Amino acid sequence: MRASVPRESVLTEAAATPAAASVGRASGRRRVRGGRVVSPRLPWWLVAVAVVGIAFVVAPVVVMATRGDWGQFWSLVTSDASLDALRLSLFTSVVSTAICVVVGVPVAMVLARTRFPGLSVVRALVLLPLVLPPVVCGLALLYAFGRRGPFGHALENAGISIAFTTTAVVISHVFVALPFLVLTLEGALKVRGTGPELAAASLGAGPSRTFWLVTLPSVAPALAGGALLAFARSLGEFGATLTFAGSLQGVTRTLPLEIYLQRETDPDAAVALSMLLVIVAVIVVALVHSAGGTRSFRRGLTDSVAA
Amino acid sequence: MRQLRSALGAVGAMCTIVGALALAGCSSDDGGTSTGSSTSGGDKTLVVFAAASLTDTFTTIAHQFEADHAGVTVKLSFAGSSDLVAQLQEGAPADVFASADEPNMKKLTDAGLAAGDPVPFATNVLTIVTPPDNPAGITSFQDLGKSGVKVDVCAPQVPCGNAAKEVEAATGVTIKPVSEESKVTDVLAKVTSGEADAGLVYVTDAKGALAKDAGSLKQIDFPESAKAVNTYPIVAVKDSKNADLASEFVAAVTGEAGQKVLQDAGFGAP
Repeated sequence: MRASVPRESVLTEAAATPAAASVGRASGRRRVRGGRVVSPRLPWWLVAVAVVGIAFVVAPVVVMATRGDWGQFWSLVTSDASLDALRLSLFTSVVSTAICVVVGVPVAMVLARTRFPGLSVVRALVLLPLVLPPVVCGLALLYAFGRRGPFGHALENAGISIAFTTTAVVISHVFVALPFLVLTLEGALKVRGTGPELAAASLGAGPSRTFWLVTLPSVAPALAGGALLAFARSLGEFGATLTFAGSLQGVTRTLPLEIYLQRETDPDAAVALSMLLVIVAVIVVALVHSAGGTRSFRRGLTDSVAA
Repeated sequence: MRQLRSALGAVGAMCTIVGALALAGCSSDDGGTSTGSSTSGGDKTLVVFAAASLTDTFTTIAHQFEADHAGVTVKLSFAGSSDLVAQLQEGAPADVFASADEPNMKKLTDAGLAAGDPVPFATNVLTIVTPPDNPAGITSFQDLGKSGVKVDVCAPQVPCGNAAKEVEAATGVTIKPVSEESKVTDVLAKVTSGEADAGLVYVTDAKGALAKDAGSLKQIDFPESAKAVNTYPIVAVKDSKNADLASEFVAAVTGEAGQKVLQDAGFGAP
């Protein structure tokens, strides 16, 4: 209860400054609340291009689905190899996403809220895995964390071997997925501005308290979105895992790797199996969306009460 | 001719700028190039789809072929045999297909896309590769079955993995691999980086890697490799617009000069 006192005053304070107030409105929380505000009309050409864009993404997947070997779908999906791959994919993606959140939030905070010479260079470097082909990411990891790499060698001496283990899969996933979370969160932090944090500080809240009670709650939807992107990237990760971790059933062969292998002998079966990946992704997106929606709705409510 | 090419190049560049239109624009552009060339003096382009393991040898053979056939350009496309068959089944325009194994060639003939019967033109056998210092002290195929040795192999679904399984069955040695890769290159990469203690690859892969960097790995041939000999077949693709040229290319690969190139790279005679 004590914690809520400074928070309310912070929000009242924030609403008093015009910039912070406009940010509060721009985040659209009032619209979420019951959807009473009527959306402005869009220009027709915008909608037309949007339709083409959506069709461009959806059409190939739909066409591919028609090519799958659906007669075999159930036996394919329930085979030992597929179940092992699905289990491994879910496990490694969840663990990787958790690590991305723990590491990515501080990275995004530093990139968005500090100034130092070379900041833009650091930002570009952190986003490197977005640009590098995944196979090259895998090679980089192999050279660094492999048995003969500087870090891998040190770990090996300490009795920890990552070569060909599930740990290697998680490392690959985190490496390629982290930029998605950082980029999403950094964008949200910048748009939001620092008004509420400055107000909290002026009221005597320390940096940690401000972070936990002001900053983090305010970017929770962006964090959820970033985590979702990171999860999706992990789930589909292929090149880096293949190059760095290898491919062994139940240990390192995730669903995309299983699909890739299946394709060697039976492309239609691979298509059917890849639908499993699509289904998993859709379920996860739906779950996060409903959970995130409820949460931001509730916060929107408390915020407006506080204001 | 040169002016035509540069004009077409400029058109290509514009297509890229226009973005979405490039898809339609540039593809008709390509058609223009080939018809334009064949009318202006018998220039022809032969498209050859070949297994990735043939990259070096077929590049050499193609150069020889171009030197012997004035006005002919050979375009090579290298990928996994199964990728290439899938592309051909989707209507990719190729005149010749060279597969790294018979099952993938069978997919093509079963689909009725081959002109005539495929001809075997090379063979390949497995070899053991280890990092240059051979940390696990491998000397024979039997050593790969020892516990604690990190052996990387191809998955049984791909030709090199299938061959490994055949040798295992013939020798009674059971390998517990740390990983089963889909591509030979992945096995090589894991061995040259020292991640794996040993790997099973084709002789030509090991030779190719050693030719590029003599210190990258150690090759250990073993007699039992004769238990699994992989045969490479080649065939002209049906509906090729250059059927005569396609069969000439097949003849060049199976002929003396082509065979020399292949055998220098470590391939066996068919």
